[in-house]
Amino acid sequence: MPTVSFTPQLERFLPAPTVTVEANTVADALAAVFEAHPALRGYVLDDQGAVRQHVAVFVNGGLIADRERLTDPVEPTDEIYLLQALTGG
Amino acid sequence: MSDRLYVGTRKGLFELRRKKGGWDIDDTRFLGDPVTAVLAHDGATFAGLDLGHFGAKLWRRAGKGDWQELPAPAFPAKPEDAADDPHPWSLGKIWNLTPGGAPGRVYAGTMPGGLFRSDDGGDTWTLNEALWRMPARKKWMGVAGGEMPGLSTVLVDPRNPDAIRVGVSCAGVWETTDGGASWANINEGMSNEYMPPNQQREPIAQDIHQLAHCPGAPDVMWCQHHSGIYHSEDAGHSWTEVTAAKPSAFGFAVAAHPHDPKTAWFVPAMKDEKRYPVDAKIVVSRTRDGGKSFEVLRKGLPQRHAYDLVYRHALAVDETGDRLAFGSTSGGLWISEDGGDSWSTLDARLPPVNAVRFATA
Repeated sequence: MPTVSFTPQLERFLPAPTVTVEANTVADALAAVFEAHPALRGYVLDDQGAVRQHVAVFVNGGLIADRERLTDPVEPTDEIYLLQALTGG
Repeated sequence: MSDRLYVGTRKGLFELRRKKGGWDIDDTRFLGDPVTAVLAHDGATFAGLDLGHFGAKLWRRAGKGDWQELPAPAFPAKPEDAADDPHPWSLGKIWNLTPGGAPGRVYAGTMPGGLFRSDDGGDTWTLNEALWRMPARKKWMGVAGGEMPGLSTVLVDPRNPDAIRVGVSCAGVWETTDGGASWANINEGMSNEYMPPNQQREPIAQDIHQLAHCPGAPDVMWCQHHSGIYHSEDAGHSWTEVTAAKPSAFGFAVAAHPHDPKTAWFVPAMKDEKRYPVDAKIVVSRTRDGGKSFEVLRKGLPQRHAYDLVYRHALAVDETGDRLAFGSTSGGLWISEDGGDSWSTLDARLPPVNAVRFATA
């Protein structure tokens, strides 16, 4: 089953554990995570369900192509990683 | 008289209390995170956060309990007929939080230009669809530096909670008198000097930095506009430019006296393209005669090499009109207990200040 991990930066705000889920797409994988951790959704997706502008989603080290609907396919051994894109201030 | 003051900054929320020795920081929360809006009313304290990467969030503390994250106001799914909408259907920032004039009711004014209402003390929020789905909303312009318009002010008429006036940066003043079912662009008499000549006087083209009304006489309203100061005596329908302001009429913040309709305060900056105090001396300008004349108040304020700017939500007056406070982009915070005649500063170097609010009953 694919694994979903989050940047440890999120731990400042809420629990964001690494989990394995049943999923064929990134969207399905995240939906499964949010079912167990509903508050996480708004931290990585915007109100329309797209990936937040300054959040990056990788599958096995490569950025996903579809940031709006997250239709990128995932295999059972894939690792999905969500992290923040850097900004300054 | 309020003995508690909340200061939302780019790097956290600061709670000040007035003690025997004067005002001091009593508590801090959200250190490191931008606080864009704050409200302390009727025993509850709210903070709007802008976490950047992770979006806008809303937190509440009930009484003296622990802070708790609430579901933030969220825009509905964008329908196909809104494909040409120039503005995002997603919360960018909670820009202000305002008591709604009824038990449990709170309004949130946001970027993009959404008005959200909660009737359960912040647990759930509903977008005002009438304002958001109004065709004219697509003509609203974004605030400088951002592509999104913002509801800078929400004024609920103390005589009638169904009468609400909102100031939009940049789209003028909008009014509902039926609790939000319908809205009209009401402001006549303003001129926005940076617009093309044939559009400068269009009501929808007005860059409302901040609105304030006198709660004791809410037909009296003040506007710190991008192009100057305006005054209304008919609840924002017609406006007259106030030309007596000194040392300048440029600024962002305005505070209206709670009872005296002739008194208001402003914190002027030099001008649009030089956003720091005139002669680098921080002053507050006060009118006590309805804008006919102004006093320049500077006792206790930095008068040498001060380049602070005061944002639109960073000036506050309490329910008596005696206590005022303002915070600056350079992290200064000043408090007056005599209506602005004199000011004392906080012994701290705060982060840049976004919002200052006294706790209200």
